[in-house]
Amino acid sequence: MTDHRPSRAPVPREKAAKISVTGVTKRYLTPKGETFTAIQNVTLDVEPGQFCAIVGPTGCGKSTTLAQVSGLERPSAGSVSVGDRIVDGITSGVSYMFQADALFPWKTVLDNVLIGPILLGTGKREATALARDWLRRVGLAGFEDRFPHQLSGGMRKRVAMAAALINNPRILLMDEPFGALDVQTKAIMQTELLQLWEELRPSVLFITHDLDEAVALSDKVVIMTSSPGSVKNVFDIDLPRPRGDVQEIRHEKRFLELQGQIWSSLKDEVTRAYAATSGIAA
Amino acid sequence: MTTTSIGHGLVTDQEPDLEVTGRRSRSRRSAGVWIGRIAVAVIAIGGWQWLTTIGVVDKFFFGQPTGVWDSLVHLFTQGTAFGTIWENLGTTIEEAALGFVLGTVAGVVVGILLGSNDFLSLVFGPYIKVVNSIPRIVLGSIFIVAFGLGVFPKVLLAAVLVFFIVFFNAFQGVREVDQNVVANVRVLGASPLQVARHVTIPSAMTWIIASLHTAFGFAIIGALVAEVLGAQHGIGLIISQAQGSFDPDTVFACMVITAVVTLGAEYLIGLLERSILKWRPPNRSEAQAI
Repeated sequence: MTDHRPSRAPVPREKAAKISVTGVTKRYLTPKGETFTAIQNVTLDVEPGQFCAIVGPTGCGKSTTLAQVSGLERPSAGSVSVGDRIVDGITSGVSYMFQADALFPWKTVLDNVLIGPILLGTGKREATALARDWLRRVGLAGFEDRFPHQLSGGMRKRVAMAAALINNPRILLMDEPFGALDVQTKAIMQTELLQLWEELRPSVLFITHDLDEAVALSDKVVIMTSSPGSVKNVFDIDLPRPRGDVQEIRHEKRFLELQGQIWSSLKDEVTRAYAATSGIAA
Repeated sequence: MTTTSIGHGLVTDQEPDLEVTGRRSRSRRSAGVWIGRIAVAVIAIGGWQWLTTIGVVDKFFFGQPTGVWDSLVHLFTQGTAFGTIWENLGTTIEEAALGFVLGTVAGVVVGILLGSNDFLSLVFGPYIKVVNSIPRIVLGSIFIVAFGLGVFPKVLLAAVLVFFIVFFNAFQGVREVDQNVVANVRVLGASPLQVARHVTIPSAMTWIIASLHTAFGFAIIGALVAEVLGAQHGIGLIISQAQGSFDPDTVFACMVITAVVTLGAEYLIGLLERSILKWRPPNRSEAQAI
C-alpha cells in the first residue's frame, strides 16, 4: 500500500511561496456583543518550501491563523503576505486540508480529486487523466468509482490529500488533518505525506495537537500560547531529510532531545489552558 | 498446526448452519409480518362491512365496502355524467402533475436563493412565515373566481401547496451545507456560481427529494379541493356530485382511485430518489442482525 513511487517528476507550475504573518490580531464579535480576541500580534515566517508546524493548546487560535493565510478571513490588525503579495481575498495557489473530510459525499473519488483542476479551468479530459495519476500516487488506483462513504478513514484522507495536491499548490494549509485517525493509520499517512511533500515541496503550515507529529514532520515548530493566541517560542528542527519512516524517527536521540525541549515550553500552556477550561484558577 | 486446522474445521462447519438459521428466522419473521398485515385489512374492511350490514353503522351515511366496489365497477364501466372515469382522472392527474412541477421548481429556486443570501432571507423571512401560517387552501376560492372553471386555477392551487413544502426544505438544505466543504472549494478558487453548482445544490438535494414525497400528496389535495370548489371535469367534481346525491360509496371509490394514483407517484419519486441519491450510505436497518 505504501509503495507507490511517482513515475514522472511533477513540473512545478508555481514555485513555493514564502508566508509572512506580521503582527496579526483577529477579533470576533460574539452574539452577545462582546469582542473576543482569538489571536493577538502573531508574527511568523515560513520560508519557501519549508514545513512549519503550529502546536498549541485547544482554542489557542491555530485555525484562525490558517484562515487568515488562506484569505477566507481578514485580520483585524496586521497583515499576511504570501510570496510578496499582501493577502486580500482568497490567496491563489493554496490548498486546505481539514480534520473533518471536506470531501463531496455525492461525488465519486475520481470526481472529488478532479474538482481542483476543473475549478482552475482545466479541460475535463486532462483533469481526469491528472486525477487518475494522483489517485495512483496515493495508492487508490481501482477506487475511482467509489463514493466517500464506501472508504475507510485512511482512504478518505488519501483522497483529500490527492485533492489538495493535484493543483500543485504553492502553499499547503493543514488543520489537524490526521487528528481523527487511529495511531497506525496516522503514522502511515504521515510518512506518505512526507514523501509527496518531498516531491512537490510546497510551503506547509501544519496545525496539530500532537507534538511527536510536529517534530517528526517539520523543519520548524511554532508554539502558541492559549487565548488570546500568540507565538510563544519557535524551534528549528534539524533532523536530516528525507526523514523516511515516521515511526522509526521517533526513537532517534536527537528527536527525543528536541521533543523534550519543546514539551517543556508547551507544558505550561497546556496546563494553563486546561485550568481555564476546567474552571480551576490558574 | 493441528489445533488451527481443528479450529478452522469447526468454523467452516458452523458457518452454513448459522446462515441457514438466519435465513429461516428471517423468512419466519416476514411470513408473520404478512399474516399481520392481512389480518389488519380483514378486520378493518370486514368490520366495516359487518357493522353496516347489521345496522350498527348506517350505510346511508358511511357506505359499505361492497357498495364501494360496485361503485368502482360502475365508474369504470358506465362512466360518469361528465365523461368516462379515465377522462376525469386524466384531468386531475394533469392538474396535480403540472402544479407539482411548477411548485417544485419555484420552491427549489426561491429556497436556494433565500438560503444562500442572508439579505434576501432577512427581508422575505417574516413574510414567508406569515403566508405559511394562513390557510392557503382557501386561496382555491379566489383562484376559481379569478381564473374560471378550467385547469389553470387547479394547477395554481396545487402549486401553492407544493411550493411551501419544497421551499422550506430547500432553504433548510442550503443552511445545512457543510461549511468545511464550502471553505475547501473557495480556497481552490471556486466562484459563487461554482460553489452553488458543486456544493450547495447537490447538498440541498437530499432535503429537496425528501420533501417531494409529501409534496405530491399535497398536489393531489390541491387539485381535488379546487375541483370540488368548481370544475367541469375531474375526480373532485365526481366527489362533489356524489356528495350532493347522498352517495358515500362513490366518494370512497374516488378516494381509492386517488390513493392508487398517489402510490404510483410515490413509487416514481422513490425511483428518482434512488438514482439521484445513490451516493448515500445504505440505511443500516436494511441489514438485519441474525
